[in-house]
Order: sequence, then C-alpha cells, then structure tokens
Amino acid sequence: MTTKEALYNYVLRLADDNLILAQRLAEWCSCGPILEEDLAITNISLDLLGQAEDFYEYASELNGEKNVDELAFLRSEREYFNHLLVEQPNGDFACSMVRQMLFATYAKHLYEALLNSRDEKLVALATKGLKEVKYHFRHSSEWIIRFGKGTEESNVRTQNAINELWRYTDDLFEMNETDKVLITQSIGFSLKDIYPLWKAEISHVLDAANITIPELGNVITGGINGMHTEYLGHILAEMQFLQRAHPGAKW
Amino acid sequence: MTEEEKLKRFNALIEQDEKIEPKDWMPEAYRKTVLRQMTQHAHSEVIGMQPEGNWVLRAPTLRAKKILLAKIQDEGGHGLYLYSAAETLGMDRSEMIQQLHEGKAKYSHIFNYPTLNWADIGAIGWLVDGAAIVNQVSLQRTSYGPYSRAMVRICKEESFHQRQGYEIMATMMNGTAAQKEMAQDAMNRWWWPSLMMFGPSDKDSWHTQESMQWKIKRASNDDLRQKFIDKTVDQAYVIGLTVPDKDLKFNETTKHWETGAINWDEFWNVVKGNGLCNHKRMAHHIKYHNEGQWVRQAVLAYSEKINAMQSATSL
Repeated sequence: MTTKEALYNYVLRLADDNLILAQRLAEWCSCGPILEEDLAITNISLDLLGQAEDFYEYASELNGEKNVDELAFLRSEREYFNHLLVEQPNGDFACSMVRQMLFATYAKHLYEALLNSRDEKLVALATKGLKEVKYHFRHSSEWIIRFGKGTEESNVRTQNAINELWRYTDDLFEMNETDKVLITQSIGFSLKDIYPLWKAEISHVLDAANITIPELGNVITGGINGMHTEYLGHILAEMQFLQRAHPGAKW
Repeated sequence: MTEEEKLKRFNALIEQDEKIEPKDWMPEAYRKTVLRQMTQHAHSEVIGMQPEGNWVLRAPTLRAKKILLAKIQDEGGHGLYLYSAAETLGMDRSEMIQQLHEGKAKYSHIFNYPTLNWADIGAIGWLVDGAAIVNQVSLQRTSYGPYSRAMVRICKEESFHQRQGYEIMATMMNGTAAQKEMAQDAMNRWWWPSLMMFGPSDKDSWHTQESMQWKIKRASNDDLRQKFIDKTVDQAYVIGLTVPDKDLKFNETTKHWETGAINWDEFWNVVKGNGLCNHKRMAHHIKYHNEGQWVRQAVLAYSEKINAMQSATSL
C-alpha cells in the first residue's frame, strides 16, 4: 500500500464515521424529547455532515476521479470504513447520548493527536473538527450525568445503553495496514496512544453519572476493514436512494 | 385607571400604530385572538418539520442534506421563538402542546399533505414558504410587539428558504425527464393548497374584521393571496413549470393574474382531518412527546437534586 493509498483510506474512514453518525442523528429530526433538544441534535448532525464533506473533499482530491457525492453516495457496504459504533441504531435518547459521548470522546483525542500529523491538510481539518467535537462531548456527557442522577428510570436506561454499546468500543481502536503505513510516515499515529486517554475520560463521566462499565467479554470489530453490522446496508439503501435511482442526475 | 380608561388608552395605542406590549392592559378578546394566532403559527412551524424531515435521510447530495437539515432546524427555531413570544400572553408551552394534542389548537392545513418525491422539498420551500413570507411580511406590522418582532426575525430566514426551494425546482427542471416530471408533479400537488394557505376569501372569513380593526392582521386574505399569485406565476414560467390552472389569465387592466375558482371543499375537508397526513402528523407528535416524558422527568429530578444540594451547602 502506498502512502497516498493509505492516506485516502484513512481520510475516507474519518469521512464515513462522520457521515454515518450524522445520518443516524438526523433520524431524530422532529422526534426529540423536547424542541430545544431536537434543534441541538440537528445542530450536531450538521456539524458532522460538514466534517464529512470536508474529509470527502480531501479524499476526492487524493483519488482524483470521484467527486464528493460519488464518494458519499455511490459506494457499497464493504467499501465503507466507518466504525461499528456509529451505525448502531439510535435506541432511546439515553442510547443516542451514550453513543455520542463514546464517539465524541474518541474523536476529540483523535483530532488532538492529528494536530501533530505531518500532513498539513489533516492538521487543518482536525483543528476545525476539534472545536465541534469538544462541544458534542460536553453536550452528551452532561445528558449522561443528568440521566444517571435523575430518576431511577433514566439511570436504568443509561446503564442499558452502555451495556448494549460497550461491545463496539474496542472497534474504535482497531488498526490495519492503513495505520501502519501512515504511522511510519508520521502522518498517522497509534490508536493505542489515545486509548488510555479515552478510557479515563469516559470513565470520569460515567462515574459522575453513577453508571458502570459492563464486564462483557464480548468484543465486535470490523468497521475499518469494511466488515459491518447489518444496519449499515439499510442506512445506505435509504441514503443512496436518489443517486442510485437516477444515475448521473444533477440535484 | 378605570376599565373604560384602560380601553381608551389601548385603542389610542392601536390608532397611533404603537405596539401593544405584554405588560400593557389589553381586552381579553384581543389577548385570546393574538394567542390563538401565535400558537397556531408556532405549531405550524413545528409540525412543518415532519413533511420536510421525511426527506432528510434521502436528500440526494451532501449539500442538499445540509441545506435541508439547516432549514428544518430554522423552522424548529421559529417554533421555539414563537412559543416563547406566545408565553408572554400567559399560557405556558406545555399547555399549548396539550391543546394541540387535544385538537383545540390548530396548525396550518398545508402540512397535512404528503411529501412524495424530492421536488416536494423544492415546492415546500418555494410555494409554501413563499406564501408564508407574504403573510409574515405583512405581520411584521402586527400590533402585538413580541409577535411583530418575531416576524421581523423569521422573515429573514424564510426568504432564504424560499430561494433554496426555487433552486431545487430550477435544478430539476433543468435535469432529466424523470426529474422534470417530479417537479411538475410537485407543482400540480402544491399549487392549490398553497393558495389556500391564506385562508378563506375575505367574505367568508370569521376572524378578519375584528383582527383588522385591532391591527393584528394588516392585510386581507384575498389581497395577500393575490400578491403571492402575481410573484409566483412568473417564477414558474421562468423555469418551465406549468401552473395547474386552465383558467389562469393575466388581466391587462388590473395588471394581476386571475386564477380559476379555488376548491374550498378540499380545504375544509383537510381542515376537518381528512387530509392524507392529518392523522400521521398528530400521532407522530404525540408519540414522540410521550416518549420524551422520561427525559423531561429526569431533567426535573436532577435539577431538584442539585438545588437541594446547593441549599444544603449554603445553610
């Protein structure tokens, strides 16, 4: 794998994570528990869409053939490199907030590490993304604390959410050939470096919320190698409908 | 001040085109009328998120998805702003929502039509928001201060919505045969309901006279409708869309477009609940409102705990 190929794969991974999570969050549109929160979730979805678009633009530059929408809308399940966590269903509001907190914490440390990348474009995109994911982290972790300490029901729902989603968290720290190539070029970095930071930060939030990390012994990985849960295909079927039904049409 | 003096002062304010503010005395009927109109407006913004939300997951490009999401967010923001402005008249938001769920409060009939293809998103922006703007521009001069200020703010965003809707229609009319067909289909379905948004003809409208006298309403339904027709017919023509009205003609004397008769039976049928989506819109709103109940309870319980802790430490 050449450095350029690795960088392309890596940028797609970042783009896909943002797009798929944005799509999931957009499902909350008009379904929020309170109007203010409907707007907040839409806002986060918009932030992630913007980040996805920036990363797809970079991927498009590296690829030289496909434009942003071809990359976003015309690949199949096996060609998406997003993590399994972001494709998981919204569940209830607690579940969506737990997923958001787990991912935002990861994205925050990922972008912080990318600030030291030798690739200037990645540094620029990470800088922009970092501001937004810090807010997403604050927003979701405040909800988790509110829920954890709110009512018995909200505590149970939040605990159920972490029990359900925890099995997909190791997947966030998986690495493959892409990472290896980029690490040797000082473009990427080892995700092992940020795992302890991530773990400490989410533990801090969950402790504050009286929520415990489950001991599952169940680890599911595959996203970065294009192996997904069955949810992704349905997300794509819906998202890609118009592009697939009207090939070549301009919108 | 006696009741009579208060009424005199109120009438003087209206006469001089001054705004009525929340703390001013106002006749009960005025308060009720403005509250009814503002809550109906707020509910319309919020229910309007549903037909557009129906396409957010299927938007065809990243740009289109971003614009649509941002637009829906604007509508929700308008709803929030209007609920807050309406609260100045003495009813809180939860009660307004309860009235909506009980069918006591209404929302615009237009949102009971379904969005069946992507061009419907264009048609909503161009025609529905286009019609709303005509009404709202006029309402910037409404006599109730908070409502008037809300309209000034909302009009700025709505004109952006109208442009993006028109852009979708124009792009599709410039596209493939299937896209043109979708655009014309959307035009055929949304044209007449958009004209109905201004409400019944002046001679049949119950509320108009009193509302005009109090300057809550600043222009008649028919005048506003005519304004919308005149600007929209030309826009349709420019991008090659046909207005679905065989009787449409330009009157050289009045310089206005004249449409065929509006089918008010269809309007009243939808208002009564028989539109394709009345049931769905309300069931959706009730379902998610109820599902959010535990979240709202948790927020309350948490803030009570924090307050208790804070007062314990301050003791």
